Amino acid sequence: MDAFLLALPLVFQPNVLAVMAMAAIFGLFVGSVPGLTATMATALLVPLTFFMDPVPAIAAMVTATAMAIFAGDIPGALLRVPGTPASAAYASEAFAMTQKGLAERALGTSLVGSAIGGMFGTVVLVLSAPQLAEVALQFTQFEYFWLACLGLSCAVFVSTASPTKGTVSLLIGLMLATVGIDITAGHPRYTFGIPDLLGGVAFIPAMIGMFAVAEILRNVVSTRVIEPPKLEHLFRVFHGLGGVFKRYWRGLVRGSVLGTAVGILPGAGGDIAAWVAYALSKKLSKEPEKFGTGHVEGIVDAGAANNAALSGAWVPALVFGIPGDSITAIVIGVLYVKGMNPGPTVFMQNPELIYGVFITFFLANIVLIPFGFAAIGLARHILRIPRTIVWPIVLLFSMVGAYAIDNSLFGIVVMLSVGVLAFLMEENGFPVAPAILGLVLGPMLEGNFMTAMIKADGNLLGFFERPIAAALGAITLLLWSTPLILMAARRVRMHSATERG
Amino acid sequence: MKRMLSGALVGVALASVALFGAAAKAEYPERPITVIVPWGAGGGTDATGRMIAKIMQDELGVPVNVVNRTGGSGVVGHQAIATAKPDGYTIGIVTVEIAMMHWVGLTDLDYTAFTPIALYNADPAGVSVTADSKFTNVKEILDAAKANPGKMKGSGTGQGGIWHLALAGMLVDAGLDPNSVPWVPSQGAAPALSDLAAGGIDVVTASVVEARALKEAGKVKVLAVMADERLPAFPDVPTLKEAGGPGWKTAAWRTVSGPKGLPKPIQDKLGATIEKVYNSKEFQDFMASRGFGLTWADAAGLSKHYEEADASFGKVLKAVGLAK
Repeated sequence: MDAFLLALPLVFQPNVLAVMAMAAIFGLFVGSVPGLTATMATALLVPLTFFMDPVPAIAAMVTATAMAIFAGDIPGALLRVPGTPASAAYASEAFAMTQKGLAERALGTSLVGSAIGGMFGTVVLVLSAPQLAEVALQFTQFEYFWLACLGLSCAVFVSTASPTKGTVSLLIGLMLATVGIDITAGHPRYTFGIPDLLGGVAFIPAMIGMFAVAEILRNVVSTRVIEPPKLEHLFRVFHGLGGVFKRYWRGLVRGSVLGTAVGILPGAGGDIAAWVAYALSKKLSKEPEKFGTGHVEGIVDAGAANNAALSGAWVPALVFGIPGDSITAIVIGVLYVKGMNPGPTVFMQNPELIYGVFITFFLANIVLIPFGFAAIGLARHILRIPRTIVWPIVLLFSMVGAYAIDNSLFGIVVMLSVGVLAFLMEENGFPVAPAILGLVLGPMLEGNFMTAMIKADGNLLGFFERPIAAALGAITLLLWSTPLILMAARRVRMHSATERG
Repeated sequence: MKRMLSGALVGVALASVALFGAAAKAEYPERPITVIVPWGAGGGTDATGRMIAKIMQDELGVPVNVVNRTGGSGVVGHQAIATAKPDGYTIGIVTVEIAMMHWVGLTDLDYTAFTPIALYNADPAGVSVTADSKFTNVKEILDAAKANPGKMKGSGTGQGGIWHLALAGMLVDAGLDPNSVPWVPSQGAAPALSDLAAGGIDVVTASVVEARALKEAGKVKVLAVMADERLPAFPDVPTLKEAGGPGWKTAAWRTVSGPKGLPKPIQDKLGATIEKVYNSKEFQDFMASRGFGLTWADAAGLSKHYEEADASFGKVLKAVGLAK
């Protein structure tokens, strides 16, 4: 408690608050430009933090990332082009709401959901970081393999088309994920001697291609004149949100818990959290048929989940110096420079600094509301601009984003090729969401399976030898076989019914 | 009149070219310098590269920009440095992988494609086990590997990566089959160490610095450092020899190098600048705070270092069967 009181004056200083405000604006900009991610926002801040005290340095990163993850929803909802990968899971849903004239409702839900999710993750971080990090440390490749399997199962739920087409799309994503150096044996695969392909199909450019380029192509070929959706009064952003959250409070809790948990696990971050939260929301919903048609329920879950994951990722980073996602991987370096060496000692040696960091987490999620509100106010006017002007600009930003990831023109090549592929897929009724999921989870699935097999000397039973792995494996297999068992049971019942009849 | 005017213009133009041309020769650098980092933003190489760029900027008085060219396990970025125009305006951070990746067949590029400028960092490999491991020194690990080849598993980085070589080299040096402790590839030291703490593997040969947080948390113990002398930051960690192992040593290192064919005056100027950077309090403090090992070699020393490292890694990679 004393440390908490000592921490307050470290945070509530004009210069710290000014840094946070600037980081907020920076984060909103980076997040809302497709291709510029929250991770990149953090990396760009690193050289600036050299000149700052520890608390403002960390505060800048916390604020910028919280803003960026929310801001990714803005172009997602308005243009169906997610600003960061963490918004990809529900960009189509939010865009469908915009087309129904509900842009403000969609963004308001994701804004407030983000703030609540982020706040929840922070509370968990503050109250039980050491204990939870201990649990996260129990996860090895065996456990991660099953988690990746569970993640892939989500493809069934996020796909709105026929299961067959969804599966084909998933396999396309998994196939693209095999390109590059095989991480287990170190062999180059499908690289055709092009050094740029050694690193694989870069995920960010591919994602921009699937959304932005495909959307642009759709606009180009369609001759139909689309009426711009009507803009409501700006304060409609918060109108009716009470009802939304009252109705779907379970989803809000579920998304927050799930997001925090996925964030805490090293190796999975906000993007995977959002996919799983969205899929779970649909699975457990009373009205799953409404998903994909502009239904707010999934946005509640997933919007909260990705911001919750952001805070959760700090748990292993602070306690064991093991990054929970790509953002905290960068933050750990800054912590060392600032003398806040990650490890259990960080809570004992400099408690006031750590509490200062925690306070900035809360502040960042509180200022998310006014800053996010202002950003929505500015951004929604995009809908009024003729699409002949908007889309070339989106294409330009997309190219900048695809280039900036690796500072390589090859990123643009990937973006354009994958964009054409996604356009052809969607024109023929193949959903792209499972392909993106395959691209995200493919390396995790393959890498963990292969390394687990090396460890277990090729014994498949290794996947059931550790208690957590065995439980996860049982859940996965049960989930997969339930439809088969139900089908068999139905057939047996029908059979016996006809016999009796 | 017209002709005279144009004649005069040409004369002025020629004179200015001559003037600025001479100035350029006299005063390198006169425009911004780009430092290519072949690894991602936020990592250790990036952090040190940015720090060097920042202090270089103060020393040289021109902007020094860091550009991350990632991908292809470092091949893409190293290629970009090697193929840049050798005018001193594009240099880069060349890392230990340059002495390894051509052996495993990822690229044809090796150290001969660069002009050495300076070596500024080396982080020796460690030998880490879980805190509750029955092993108390390296000799016990080697004995166990001899008694039950293939039972223990090691990790720390990808297949054929620097920490894989550290383990394989240690085993070969101790007269064991390099595959008596099979390698479990990981995507870096952090996941491998977390896996070690979870009890998934038996030994991690990542650098001592990388194991620091988990060591301080009491989750892992570091039995040895693969160097000739103990590290100043970790006086309680014995050298490999002291811990009953062979005299083998391995370190991951980072250098500043330019493309091949850099003019000697520019090489010297950059070398002198990097030396100033290296000796600055700001750089020394930064490296100490991150726990990065400080090692200095000038252009001649680095040239020799490149040659030796390349040969020694080639030997081990062949012994492990990774070289193509």
